[in-house]
Amino acid sequence: MSGLTSIVLTCLVFFIIYQIAKASELAAILRGEEKSKAQTNRLMAWLLVAFFFLGLFGIWECHQYLMDKMLPESASEHGVEYDKMFTVTIVVTGVVFFLTQTLLFWFSFRYQSTEKRTSFFYPHNNKLELIWTTIPAIAMAVLVVIGLKNWGKMTSEAPEEAMVVEVVGKQFNWIMRYPGADGTLGKRDFRNINDVDNVLGMDWDDKSNLDDIVLQNGELHLVKGKPVKLIIGSRDVIHDVGLPHFRMKMDAVPGIVTTMWFTPRFTNAEMKEKTGNPDFVYEISCDQMCGKGHYAMRGTVIVHTQEEYDAWLSEQQSYYAINNGAPAAQPEQEIDSVNVITMK
Amino acid sequence: MSDVIIEGTNVAHTDAAHGEHHGHEHHEQHFITKYIFSQDHKIIGKQFLITGIFWAVIGALMSVFFRLQLGFPDDTFPIMEKFLGEWAKGGKLSPEFYYALVTMHGTILVFFVLTAGLSGTFANLLIPLQIGARDMASPFMNMLSYWFFFLSSVIMFISLFVQTGPASGGWTTYPPLSALKEASIGSGLGMDLWLTSMALFVVSSLLGGLNYISTILNMRTKGMTMTRMPLTIWALLFTAVLGVLSFPVLLSGFVLLIFDRNFGTSFYLSEIFIAGKALPNIGGSAILYQHLFWFLGHPEVYIIMLPGMGMASEVLSCHSRKPIFGYFAMIISLIGITVLAFLVWAHHMFVTGMSPFLGSIFVLLTLLIAVPSAVKVFNWLTTIWKGNIRFTVPMMFALGFVSLFISGGLTGLFLGNSALDIHLHDTYFVVAHFHIVMGVSAFFGMFAGIYHWFPKMFGRFMNNTLGYIHFFLTFAGAYLIFWPMHYEGIAGMPRRYYDYTAWESFNQFSDLNAFISVAAIIVFFAQLLFVVNFFVSIFRGRKCLTKNPWDAPTLEWTTEINPGHGNWEGEIPTVHRWPYDYKDDGNGNDFIPQTVPLKDGEEAH
Repeated sequence: MSGLTSIVLTCLVFFIIYQIAKASELAAILRGEEKSKAQTNRLMAWLLVAFFFLGLFGIWECHQYLMDKMLPESASEHGVEYDKMFTVTIVVTGVVFFLTQTLLFWFSFRYQSTEKRTSFFYPHNNKLELIWTTIPAIAMAVLVVIGLKNWGKMTSEAPEEAMVVEVVGKQFNWIMRYPGADGTLGKRDFRNINDVDNVLGMDWDDKSNLDDIVLQNGELHLVKGKPVKLIIGSRDVIHDVGLPHFRMKMDAVPGIVTTMWFTPRFTNAEMKEKTGNPDFVYEISCDQMCGKGHYAMRGTVIVHTQEEYDAWLSEQQSYYAINNGAPAAQPEQEIDSVNVITMK
Repeated sequence: MSDVIIEGTNVAHTDAAHGEHHGHEHHEQHFITKYIFSQDHKIIGKQFLITGIFWAVIGALMSVFFRLQLGFPDDTFPIMEKFLGEWAKGGKLSPEFYYALVTMHGTILVFFVLTAGLSGTFANLLIPLQIGARDMASPFMNMLSYWFFFLSSVIMFISLFVQTGPASGGWTTYPPLSALKEASIGSGLGMDLWLTSMALFVVSSLLGGLNYISTILNMRTKGMTMTRMPLTIWALLFTAVLGVLSFPVLLSGFVLLIFDRNFGTSFYLSEIFIAGKALPNIGGSAILYQHLFWFLGHPEVYIIMLPGMGMASEVLSCHSRKPIFGYFAMIISLIGITVLAFLVWAHHMFVTGMSPFLGSIFVLLTLLIAVPSAVKVFNWLTTIWKGNIRFTVPMMFALGFVSLFISGGLTGLFLGNSALDIHLHDTYFVVAHFHIVMGVSAFFGMFAGIYHWFPKMFGRFMNNTLGYIHFFLTFAGAYLIFWPMHYEGIAGMPRRYYDYTAWESFNQFSDLNAFISVAAIIVFFAQLLFVVNFFVSIFRGRKCLTKNPWDAPTLEWTTEINPGHGNWEGEIPTVHRWPYDYKDDGNGNDFIPQTVPLKDGEEAH
């Protein structure tokens, strides 16, 4: 019912607007076309000026309202460089934005048609055109240099001492694998996968698999100040490991291994303090559309100090042990209780 | 170069091939051959435009539905159930259909509205009229181009009603999501229909594009050298070139996808475990599809932008009563954009794990595009400088086009720079960027064109007051919707999410999302004002009483108010000067038509 009323109301509003518009057109003709044209022209020139100043005010208001919702200080070393580069780009584009928009609206107002005005026949000026080809080219060169320097750093080889974690996406959650005591991730093959006791298709003939730890709760445990290299893969469709607080992102593609590395700067506890938000949590968002549950494909990152991490790690059981009833099978509950401790 | 005149073909053509069309006023054509299976470029242009408007309303309505979900995830809207039935049970959009709507919104707006509806309309309408030809090089192929588009439209429309829903893997339809029925409900029949429809769309686009190119190169009237062509024609020429060279690559990508979906090949599939079983496919690359897709996908952006650039140039110049500044620079920058458009596609793929070295090359080439784009902006600004500006409705939209092009173009510098793209990729920053620049800005170019050439199409004017209301609501609305989205993107908020309430980092934007949704809905209704204005004005608009209502020097305004098939009643006009001679003609006019010979001692441009 309310749907019908709103449709009727909308139609009514349309009808009224249309009638007013038609009437104003007729009135314009009655008043004399030339005169009303001149009036409209003045009105539009002023409206554009009003639009410009309202726009500036709106930009200011929007900025005030949203600034404290922005991301906190970057949680990774890469991100610090990233934020600097972002600022430089904002300044460059901001100057161009305000300059060109001001000229656009100013010229529009200043050179509005009047009876006395005649336009200035000015078809070209090679010198001017050369200048404004060169200046953007130089500005671009600067941005490219800064960009490539950072791009090189972010995509460089991970340092030797980096810890290695495998992150595998599936519809619709993340599976993490830690290499265990031997420091090596064992071989895996998608043909071995089953959702009961081998979610990653690990090859049990490869002994280095036996101590690998698999987390299916979407948690990525890292150590503050220690570089981490993520080995990224996918079981089904393309996903993307998005780490907004670390300013990092990398696709998870089935059949292809991708990697990225970074160094966390703050533990969860430190970040809670920094943001003044007791609920703060590093989130992993899937950033590549992967199906109906895409929006709920959420993981979390937990950054520990080295001691906390060691304590956490020592309580983890290898995936093989969990599934093959090896010494004192401790079900996943154990992991959950640890989470509670580290989260709070 | 300006002395090269390609002549002859057209004159001969006129007498021989068009002889039978000439006497069209003597015998009435049947309604079907005149309006439906018409070979008249003007009618075909209108067919493209009206089909485009139909699709635009549907595409925009879809955005209203998913904006309701995004802005008010906790509320229900029973009215949605009336429209969408099962897909919005109890007035709440299902996630599956949310993704279907997002996908179709993108597909419809990018391809059916801003490609077919935009260059289909204006290439058809303007090319013969502005270069002084009686019709396209092949009117029949031109007709086929529209009917392939129509067929493609019908199939896409049918796909909206199949039981498993239309394609829902995003308008880019990346495999494996789009290749596997197990991965998503929309990857079933809906996806097959989508691929079929798009394949036909490519055919339509190629038939049209080849025709536009050959017409521009071969059918210019006497005196219409390449460098006397209006910038609209230059822009439409390069639009067609882009389409002809890149759409086939897209088609090849689609064909491989069809094979993977139906015939068991592994072009894009490798090592996949889905729905409880491991698939046999090994050795394909999902990234290969992205290369093929974006090899069109990026030029596509310019296929959408260039016609708007051309029309904005024309409109800004005409309504400022001043020649376009730097005509040659404008052409060279168009060439620069066209060439570079083919060399930047992988900037959509910086985070796919591509070689960092390759990434750096694409950064360099991408940011290079900023140079010709900047030249265009500065030239537009100088065009209105010291002009005598008439704020007609098309002029307002052309000014809005420039403003939006600047705003949307500048954010491209963030996304084209791979290091910054890592964080911004697939966030709302991207959504804001491309909606402003190739969405709204391109639409503003299109609106400028529609309001400007409406008198040529229908012999009547559109209602001015409604036009101004439409302009201000859309202009303000566009900024209100998309400006704040940049902030969401900088905060890392991913695009294509159905609901953000479970996310600690993104839930804080719920008020802002509601605000954006309200603005989007208002803008939607403002567009309906335009649609009403358009259709009512065709029949009831103020009549255009002069041949040349805007005092423009180009050839289309030398035809009759309602030109018949063949465009000019007698001889086709001969051109003597460039299209922007806005100067005193000695008789109190502030412009000199292209058909007027140079006076003694007058210098050609």
